[in-house]
Amino acid sequence: MVEFTLWDILRNLALAARWTVVLSLIAFLGGGVVGAALLVLRLSPSRIGRALVEGYVELFQGTPLLVQLFLAYFGIALLGLNTSAWTAATLALTLYTSAFLVEIWRGCVEAVPRGQWEAGTSLALSFSENLRYVVLPQALTIAIAPTVGFLVQVIKGTALASVIGFVELTKAGSMVTNATFRPFVVYSCVGLFYFVLCYPISLVAKNLERKLHAAHR
Amino acid sequence: MQPIVEIKGLRKSFGTHEVLKGIDLTVQPGEVVAIIGRSGSGKSTLLRCINGLEAFQEGSLTVDGKPLIHGDPNAMRALRQRVGMIFQSFNLFPHLSAGRNIMLAPGLVKRKVSSEAADQARGLLARVGLTDKFDAMPDRLSGGQQQRVAIARALAMEPAVLLCDEITSALDPELVGEVLRVVESLAEEGMTLLMVTHEMSFARKVSDRLIFMHQGRVHEMGSPDELFAAPKTPELRQFLSSLHE
Amino acid sequence: MTVELDFGAVLASWPLLLVGVAWTLGLTAVSAVLGVLTGIAFAWARSEGPVLLQTVVGAYVELIRNTPFIVQLFFIFFGLPAAGFRLSPEVASVIAMVVNLSAYATEIVRAGIEATPRGQREAAISLALSPTQTFVYVVTPPALARIWPALVSQIIIVMLGSAVCGQISVPELTFATSLIQSRNFRSFEAFIIVAAIYLVLAFTVRRLLRWAGPRFVFGR
Repeated sequence: MVEFTLWDILRNLALAARWTVVLSLIAFLGGGVVGAALLVLRLSPSRIGRALVEGYVELFQGTPLLVQLFLAYFGIALLGLNTSAWTAATLALTLYTSAFLVEIWRGCVEAVPRGQWEAGTSLALSFSENLRYVVLPQALTIAIAPTVGFLVQVIKGTALASVIGFVELTKAGSMVTNATFRPFVVYSCVGLFYFVLCYPISLVAKNLERKLHAAHR
Repeated sequence: MQPIVEIKGLRKSFGTHEVLKGIDLTVQPGEVVAIIGRSGSGKSTLLRCINGLEAFQEGSLTVDGKPLIHGDPNAMRALRQRVGMIFQSFNLFPHLSAGRNIMLAPGLVKRKVSSEAADQARGLLARVGLTDKFDAMPDRLSGGQQQRVAIARALAMEPAVLLCDEITSALDPELVGEVLRVVESLAEEGMTLLMVTHEMSFARKVSDRLIFMHQGRVHEMGSPDELFAAPKTPELRQFLSSLHE
Repeated sequence: MTVELDFGAVLASWPLLLVGVAWTLGLTAVSAVLGVLTGIAFAWARSEGPVLLQTVVGAYVELIRNTPFIVQLFFIFFGLPAAGFRLSPEVASVIAMVVNLSAYATEIVRAGIEATPRGQREAAISLALSPTQTFVYVVTPPALARIWPALVSQIIIVMLGSAVCGQISVPELTFATSLIQSRNFRSFEAFIIVAAIYLVLAFTVRRLLRWAGPRFVFGR
């Protein structure tokens, strides 16, 4: 058997952590794009659109991410497409992220006073112009902190992709454990890696929020 | 002459509560109309119906010959270009400078090129006495200044009629005068004005016609001197005497 | 192409699903009670305790909130035995859930405590209540009422998170589903059904807790 030093463990985990980062970024960006589209639908005067988005959010916030990952994995296969842990994880995490982001952003848009919509409307701006030039710029300032904060949830969420066989930090942890039989050390290191990834982002989010509150007083 | 605003049989309810119970009103070009009445009499709602901020259930409404059709974005866009509105709470866009607040709608709706819109904005700011505030952000302006920017913003769309919804109610007393002077100058220049107001002496001085609303109806209407000097209905008499207490 | 779905094959195993639901709800109930109580205690330590304790609790909260639940679970179940603590999967799951929930609950409760007006506390002290009495009888009840919706949401998140406990063979709902689909190969159908069950559970538990809060937790 090959002897694993602590250095070997850390190196293996670091290599796998790259995939945690990549998957997180794809899910976050993809989720942002899908979430933005859903947000427009959610805010539009269309009642059906609104109900659809509400149902979508309910669905993804009311079921475990793990189950969503399984559904994506087996769902893609069922459609006769070639499924891989990659595609399933990307799909599930993107949709999951979009459902949370659309809720966060809706809250931010609703924090913009009604009078702003009315002023835009009375200046003959269309719904989309009003959204684009009056409401969203204001909502955006409020949205930055919670959006950055949610990135932490996405990073932690990617850990579940290990269950469907996606090799990222957590999966690498299990593999290294099986090779070294040192679960205490390995999982401590895995936790530490996540902490190093997430904690700075949490701090940034907290600071942004504090700044925003200071500006509003 | 074609009336600027023509309202026929307008009825509006919030749920089961009827707020406007059949309003008929015509406003001629250049006319200044003041609407008074207790809170809850429906006067603000009437004003908000005229540019479609509130939907009404019965009756018809045209502005400058343009009909108000709810659910038809093109018709609403055409109508709203003819109607300007000033709000009690100013509603300036906080992320845009005073000048940009004024330039936004002409640029988007009238496709005005930026330099032209900027010139127009400067001209309008001068007209409301804020020549040097083009780059000022709204939170740096006093309430009176913000409201004057809001007036300039509405004027930039070159409306045929301007709706003023209690535009001095949110102001500190010492700032009311500067806003009313601007409105007065607009009236003198021949702008058609429809205003809901609590400033009785101002209404009396500036308006051509006074409307007293009571329980969702036009209860009494006439020249301000007539109404103030000799109110015909007990409701108006009571309303006017309550103001003096 | 056509996709043929056969939900009947999955529903035939309903006793397994029922056991899964019971486990999921049981795990959630136990860890909700322990997690919230721990969270209140930690919130007290974090805002009123000695400085050293404040720092330790602060570090704990940040550590837990910035690492995934599955890693916390694996550390407790696989890692701790190496250090001499052998735990059954069920106990490991409860500990992991309590640890996870308590960290979030600490922050939520603390926010509620900090929103309690200073006058309330001053009134209590002027009535000669001890600091502990003030905390337990004056500060906490309205704080809990204020943050109850947030706390309920967090409990739901922990319940949904417990799906991971199947990975260490706790017979909870997702574990039951994996078992069923490994027997009949109706994987997609099985997870559709379990997703629907989770939706119902989340809805019901939320309703129940919203109802129970004012009556049993911060009642008057």
